[in-house]
Amino acid sequence: MTTTTLKELLSQKPVLMADGATGTNFFDMDLGPGDPPEFWNIDEPDKVLSLHQAFVDAGSDIILTNTFGSNAPRLKLHKAQDRVFEYNKAGAELACKAANSVDRPVVVAGSVGPTGELFVPLGELTYDVAVKAFSDQMEGLKAGGATIAWIETMSAPEEMRAAAAAAIQNDMPYVVTASFDTAGKTMMGMDPSKMPHLLDDLPCKPMAVGANCGVGASDLLVSVLSMSEQEGDTVIIAKANCGIPVIRGDKVEYTGTPDLMADYIRLAVDAGARIIGGCCGTSPAHLAAMRVALDAHTKGDQPDREKIVSAIGELVNPVVSDNPQRPARRSRRRPKT
Amino acid sequence: MSDEDEIILSELPDDELVLQMHDDLYDGLKEEIAEAVNILLERKWEPYDVLTKGLVEGMRIVGIDFRDGILFVPEVLLAANAMKQGMGILRPLLIETGAPKLGKVVIGTVKGDIHDIGKNLVGMMMEGAGFEVFDLGINNPVEDYIEALEKHDADILGMSALLTTTMPYMKVVIDTLVEKGTRENYIVLVGGAPLNEEFGMGIGADAYCRDAAVAVETATELIARKHNKLASA
Repeated sequence: MTTTTLKELLSQKPVLMADGATGTNFFDMDLGPGDPPEFWNIDEPDKVLSLHQAFVDAGSDIILTNTFGSNAPRLKLHKAQDRVFEYNKAGAELACKAANSVDRPVVVAGSVGPTGELFVPLGELTYDVAVKAFSDQMEGLKAGGATIAWIETMSAPEEMRAAAAAAIQNDMPYVVTASFDTAGKTMMGMDPSKMPHLLDDLPCKPMAVGANCGVGASDLLVSVLSMSEQEGDTVIIAKANCGIPVIRGDKVEYTGTPDLMADYIRLAVDAGARIIGGCCGTSPAHLAAMRVALDAHTKGDQPDREKIVSAIGELVNPVVSDNPQRPARRSRRRPKT
Repeated sequence: MSDEDEIILSELPDDELVLQMHDDLYDGLKEEIAEAVNILLERKWEPYDVLTKGLVEGMRIVGIDFRDGILFVPEVLLAANAMKQGMGILRPLLIETGAPKLGKVVIGTVKGDIHDIGKNLVGMMMEGAGFEVFDLGINNPVEDYIEALEKHDADILGMSALLTTTMPYMKVVIDTLVEKGTRENYIVLVGGAPLNEEFGMGIGADAYCRDAAVAVETATELIARKHNKLASA
């Protein structure tokens, strides 16, 4: 019995390593493009377990369940909206099985992705419907043994708030990470500097906040810098994509090498992150290299953007306000002349 | 709004009214856009001119600031909704007056992908630019794309994906077109947050479009090139 809680593990170690990609690694196990990975929690449990196991064996302290899209609005796409509890519970049980296979403590975190819908007034999703969808999912995760809700790849502050409320309703600790993929902000325009104190008014604050996915690893590290510059001792999460996706032959490959991801984890530590993993494209081999790098690394000075870019590569999506030529947003409604 | 800021659209001369439309689109004011469209029509403007000089030019400005990270999805969606309001008035008139059509576009989000924000923006901007758009919605298997392309005798296929687990499906669609021997009949454009130029080229698309404004520009350019080629053949 070696599953543990995030709180416990954070009190024991300065930096924790999370896991790598789920969906993109399943492609190597013959997941069809466009097929829902969460179906495998029931249909191909051995494959899901083997990926969790590979991450645990590579040295992950935290593993995320294969439940990113297991909320009703998303499962509806595959006519499986009635199976929310089942997929989430099964997903958490598989991750627990892998966590329990080793002697050291491993945290099983229940992955909770966005609904894919827009909130009113832009779209039709209401706060209450969103809370219910997330809550139903978290109920299954908790029943399967997940000890924390891992709310990730978010863009809209309202949706983060709804997911946080659902976690609190289920009496689960939670973390929130967002995808900063549009000119250094989320596609809804939220700046990473807002993350550390976004949910301060809730009865239970997130155990950690951070960035995941997005575009390149350099871009993500810049977002992390902006979070760690904020006041307070917020625990920060960095879970970057393994470079960018390209097509080689018939396969999608990511440009990040294990060496690059080793550089990335050292820089993420220096930038102030305490929980570090990989997102899309990050394989167990990348994680093993990250583990070695992390264990040998002593936290250094906080890097600046130039240092990040020279080690990891150019920003995929630079922030335009860096360009002094560009005027700030105008108020365009003209007064009558 | 206070009295001194009050703008009476109907009192503005044509040139100022058009500039005001650009501002109102930028601010996502749909009632004001509908009002301005009606005023210009009452002033005997051609529907096509209202569309291009008012709405399309306004959305072009929105598109530039979206590309440059000044506006984000919420503002652009509001602008697009305002444009939709204007299009609702213009569409039947454009059909009546036989306004020029640039080409037919089939767009949709690929199988497994629910995210349609970007795709909707592209559809609206394409329509505004003068394309006839057939929107297949979300979660499209290859059969749906092919059926729609053939049924509408489309010029352009636009595919969108927001997830790294769904974007490889674009290749499935393109490969199927190649197998059927119909790939060359269409201009294939792809887009979505996780994509990049190299990926677009790798799967055999004609172009990767990083945002809605680029999609319209690229579609317009490639259609013109295609027509030139046909004309000289």
